[in-house]
Order: sequence, then structure tokens, then C-alpha cells
Amino acid sequence: MNYTFHWLPAFRALPEMLWGALVTLEIAVLSMVLGVLFAVLLAVGASSQYRIFRAAAVSWVELARNTPALFQIYMAYFGLGSLGIHLDSFVALLAGITFNNAGYLAETFRGGLRAVPQTQVRAARSLGMGQIQAFRLVVMPQMFRIVFYPLTNQMVWAILMTSLGVIVGLNNDLTGVTQEYNVRSFRTFEYFALAAVIYYLLAKFVTVSARLMAWRLFRY
Amino acid sequence: MFSSLFETSFSANDLMFMLKGAGVTLMLTFWAVLGGTLLGVVFGVIRAISPWWVNAPLGAVLDVFRSIPLLIQLVVANSFKTIVGIHWSPFTVGCVVLALYMSAYCTEIVRSGFLAVPTTTRRAARSLGLSWRQDLTEIVFPIALRVALPSWIGLTLGVMKDTAMVWWIGVVELLRSSQVIVTRIQEPLFVLSIAGLIYFLMSFPIARLGARLEKRWREND
Amino acid sequence: MSIEIQDVHKAFGSLEVVKGVTMTVEKGEVVSIIGGSGSGKSTLLMCINGLEPINSGRILVDGTDVHGRGTDLNKLRRKIGIVFQQWNAFPHLTVLENVMLAPRKVLGKSKAEAEAIAVEKLARVGLSEKIKVYPSKLSGGQQQRMAIARALAMSPDYMLFDEVTSALDPQLVGEVLDTMRLLSSEGMTMIVVTHEIAFAREVSNRVAFFHKGRIHEIGPPAQVIGNPREPETIDFLKSVL
Ligand SMILES: Nc1ncnc2c1ncn2[C@@H]1O[C@H](COP(=O)(O)OP(=O)(O)OP(=O)(O)O)[C@@H](O)[C@H]1O
Ligand SMILES: [Mg+2]
Repeated sequence: MNYTFHWLPAFRALPEMLWGALVTLEIAVLSMVLGVLFAVLLAVGASSQYRIFRAAAVSWVELARNTPALFQIYMAYFGLGSLGIHLDSFVALLAGITFNNAGYLAETFRGGLRAVPQTQVRAARSLGMGQIQAFRLVVMPQMFRIVFYPLTNQMVWAILMTSLGVIVGLNNDLTGVTQEYNVRSFRTFEYFALAAVIYYLLAKFVTVSARLMAWRLFRY
Repeated sequence: MFSSLFETSFSANDLMFMLKGAGVTLMLTFWAVLGGTLLGVVFGVIRAISPWWVNAPLGAVLDVFRSIPLLIQLVVANSFKTIVGIHWSPFTVGCVVLALYMSAYCTEIVRSGFLAVPTTTRRAARSLGLSWRQDLTEIVFPIALRVALPSWIGLTLGVMKDTAMVWWIGVVELLRSSQVIVTRIQEPLFVLSIAGLIYFLMSFPIARLGARLEKRWREND
Repeated sequence: MSIEIQDVHKAFGSLEVVKGVTMTVEKGEVVSIIGGSGSGKSTLLMCINGLEPINSGRILVDGTDVHGRGTDLNKLRRKIGIVFQQWNAFPHLTVLENVMLAPRKVLGKSKAEAEAIAVEKLARVGLSEKIKVYPSKLSGGQQQRMAIARALAMSPDYMLFDEVTSALDPQLVGEVLDTMRLLSSEGMTMIVVTHEIAFAREVSNRVAFFHKGRIHEIGPPAQVIGNPREPETIDFLKSVL
């Protein structure tokens, strides 16, 4: 082995990489917020009485779960172009991950809803609560606890998926910034190892803060 | 605009090329799942039965694979290979990284399957006169399998989809081969739809099977 | 002021579970319903507060038709408390919050008011020490008493009890029955579905024996339990005593 490691250039790139990490986090958070919204719509749509809503919801969920995330991002970036919809790489990445998140979270929510026993609704209604009140005050908080762990898992997934943006030309997230430095200097190992460490810390940051939150929120 | 959708320059040769890519995807999946499962079973059993000072570090190391994007893992491994002078093809690097990646998840599946067998059940088995080995093969293994198999199927499909990322280090698998065709004939929506369909056909039937198994087994509990 | 049940029929699909029940419970009365498993006792209670629709007949609570078109069920249910066999505590709320929830959100009481009510009701069922804990930390009997306090916090005019002791360990049954005794001595109007024949005999003004969706015998406990006439009643009592 006659390779000498050069860590100094990599550390000089660190500030810019950290800015990139912020963009990464931004995309992940946005994709989760949007993903949750769409997932709720999908979960509602899947139990709709109208066939086309059911079909649309089911297709979305199955496509999201049975094709690669990278494929979904590709579709958003190149595929939609054929239909005259031109998304820039940031939006395409966000759309792809949101599509993916929503597909997985829809199933999570459905499972969570089923896990709250019907007897809880009955008890709430017997106290004079309306349907919506019973859902909001009794079912939702319990469901939230059930989906909390899968939700944080999905958040970690979302962070990992953002790295795919580089493939559709995103250059200001963590992987994008790293790649920009890499093509200028070809110190591939050093730059990407450093990026790996930052991703690891990001993922840990999410799981640890989720655990703290769960500890504060779910005292029962 | 519509006519362009039907008058495609996509040829039978192109389809063959993509199917060959799908073959590479399946081969990558096969090796990754084989290696990942073997390692996962070993690590999983170790994690289930070992004391904390083995369990905790092993868990932490495997957690690294689950906390770093696969794409970054591939690039780091590929460049590391060059640095230390191992002459592996990108395909081999892809298989090895994917196998390690899978083993990290598989370990947790095996471990929770193993821990899902209540000690009381095992004690009952031993008290009926079953030997330690019989207890493992007749009681622990079947129960653990029931718990683990549906998640394992899900994981396998996940790894199959994640193989799409290896084209970044130069392996021409399904997604990359469709990209090659897109560049040539400039019909991204059409070509990508075919790629998506192939992925879907490889994944969906097995996903359904997994869901069915899970449901059946849950009902019998 | 009364609950009037008039020729009520109720079916789940093609399975008719309640087959023409008529009975009136006057204000201040305690009526126990006894009978075999699957005879339709729980279903009848659900129908009384509109948790289940009925197929024919009428149920009037203080003159309001429970299943009538314009009836505001949420409003009606405020005056009918019900406690189930499975206690159904809200696991995400503390004991105090469980009891405060409906007074605050349904009756629109202020936090302080609701808390005062909850504290009082919890004291009545003997749970003053447990108000800050979550239901998962309570025994079955304590959870069931909390469920009673939760229903009482709505100041209902009627209380329905559905086999509230049958999921409890034997040594916990007494504390729940004591709570119900207390209520009856205070003049609460109650319909009590129970397998505790001795308890039914002690607290009830009347006992109804349910069999296959019908009331076979109804009358003072000394008559229905002490001196039953129908062969089905005799068989049932033999099987539980
Ligand atoms: N939601 C439902 N859908 C269909 N059938 C039901 C439903 N609820 C109850 N039943 C059926 O109605 C019949 C009467 O049930 P119910 O719970 O009223 O009996 P019960 O007298 O309370 O019995 P137990 O003493 O076991 O509680 C049973 O055969 C039961 O299977
Ligand atoms: Mg019942």
C-alpha cells in the first residue's frame, strides 16, 4: 500500500460540507412533512367508497413500495420531463422522496389506526363525545404513539435517500458538496469518509432526539 | 405529442439489453442476500445469546451500516479497495457492500426472532425430555422462523431495490441500462416506465406472498 | 323520569339477538339483568344509550326517543353513564385526566371545575391516592372503579353496568361491588347486568331474567331469585349458584 492519506483538504471542506448537511436535513424534513400529509390522504383514500380514489391510493402505495427510491427520483427528474414538467434537481429529489415516504407511511398509519381498539371509541362515545372528538381526543393520541417509532425510522430513511440527489445533479446537499470537492481533487476516500461520519451523526441526532421526545411524550 | 408516445424508437434489442440489466440486478441481489443472511444469522444469534460487552459493540458497528447512505458506503468501499490494492470488479464490491448492509438489518430480524421464543416455552420443551439440540431444532427454530420470515422477505426486496445504487460505482444493472437507452433514444418516460414495470414485477408478487404469510401466521396465533 | 323499553328487536345481520323486550325502569330504581352468555344482555344496554341501532320498537329516556330521527345522541348520552366489562381506560391519560376529559370537552367546563369534579368522584370510588398515575399502573378493580368515576363525572341520571366484575380477579370483585352499593344507597337509577346473583338479590328492586333475547321473568329479587317459576330460570340459577 503506497497511498498517503491527505485529510487536511477534507477538513478544509468541512464548513461547506456542514452547510450541505443543513440542506440535507432541510430536504429530509420537508419530505417528511409532505409525506405525512400525503400519507394521511392515501390512508383515507384507500378506505374511500369511490373506486378511483381507492385505485389511485393503492397504486401510489404499491409503486412506492415496489420500485427503487432512485427510480422514483429519476421519474420525477427525467420522466416527468417527457410530459413537459421540468423539475430542477432539488424539487425532483424532494418529490421522489416525498412519494416514497407517503407510500410507506400510509401503510404505517393504517396499521396504527387498526391497532387502537374499537372499544376505545365506544367508551369515548358513551361519554357523549362526537365522532370527531372521539377520534381527536382518544384515538389520535394513541395512534401517534404507535406510529412514532416507524415515523422516526422513516425520517432516517429520508436522510439516507437525500444522498441520491447527486445522481440527478444536486450539488448543494451533503453528498453533492462532497462530490464537487471530489471531482476537483480526486481524494475520493477522504472526502466521502468524512461525509459518512457526518451522515452517521445526522442519523444519530435524529434517533437520539426522537428517543428523548418519546420519553417526554409517552409517560404511560 | 401523442404520436411520439406510440412511434417509439425503442427496439427489441433495447428490451434485451434491459432484461440483461435486470439479470445483473437479480445476481447482485442473490449474492447480497446470501452473504447478508449468513452473516445476519451468525451475528443475530451472537447478539441474542452473548453478554452485553460483546452484544453492545457488535450492535454499534452494525448500526453504522444502517446510518450511512448506501451510496456513500459504496463509494467509500470502492475507493478504499483501490487504496489497499485489491483488484475486485465493481460488481464484487457491490455484492460485498450490499451483503454487509443487508447483514446489519438481518441481524436485528434474526435476533428478535430468537428472542420471540418465550423462555417458558423452552423450559416446557426441556421438561418434556427434549434435548438441547431438539429444543433448538423443534421449538426455537420454527417459532423464530415464523417471526422472522415476513420481515426477511421485506428486507430482501429492499436490498433488491437498493441494488439500483451500484451503478454509481460502474455496474450496469437494470436502472443504469435504461439510462443508457434513454440517453440514446431520448424517451425517458417510456423507457423508465418499462424499467419500473420490470422492478415491480420482480418485487410485487414476493411482497404479496410475504404479506399473506404474515397474515396467516398472525391469525393462527 | 324513566327509561321505557317498548318491544325492542335487534339483529346483527340475520342473527336476532334481542327479540321483543319490554320493560320500564323508574327513576331511583335498581334493576338487575341476569341470564346466560349470549342471551343479548350487553346488546340491550348498548341500545339503551344508542351505541347500537335497533330494528324495531322504541326506547324512551325521559320521554326522548333514543333512536328517533332528530335525537342528539351525544347530548342524550350525557345523562346515561355506562361501564363496560372491559374497563376501557384511556391509556394515554392519567387517572385524573381520564375522569376530567369528558366534563371539559363535552360539557365545556373549565379546567378547575372539571378537576374539582374529578377529584370528588375519584374520592367516592376510593381512588384519591391514585389520581396522578397512568391506568396501566392500576389493578383491574381500580381501573374499573376509575371507569365508574369517569361515568359519574358527567353527573348522569342513569347508570348502566355491563358485567363490570366478570373480568376481575375474585379478590378484586368486592371493592367494585362496594362502589356500586354506595351508588344505589344514594338513590342512583341503575341497570346492572351481572353474574353476581347474591349482589343482584341484595341491591336490586327488581331482577329480570334474560333468556334467548327475551325477558322470561321479572320481579322482586325474592321472587325471581328466591322463588323462580320458569324452568329456564331455575336451570340458570342452578348453573351459577
Ligand atoms: N357486533 C356484533 N356483531 C355480530 N354479532 C354480535 C355483535 N355483538 C354481539 N353479537 C352476538 O349477539 C349475541 C348476544 O351478544 P351479547 O353480548 O348481547 O350477549 P350477553 O348476554 O351480553 O352475553 P355475555 O354474558 O357473554 O356477555 C351473541 O351471540 C353475540 O355473538
Ligand atoms: Mg355481555
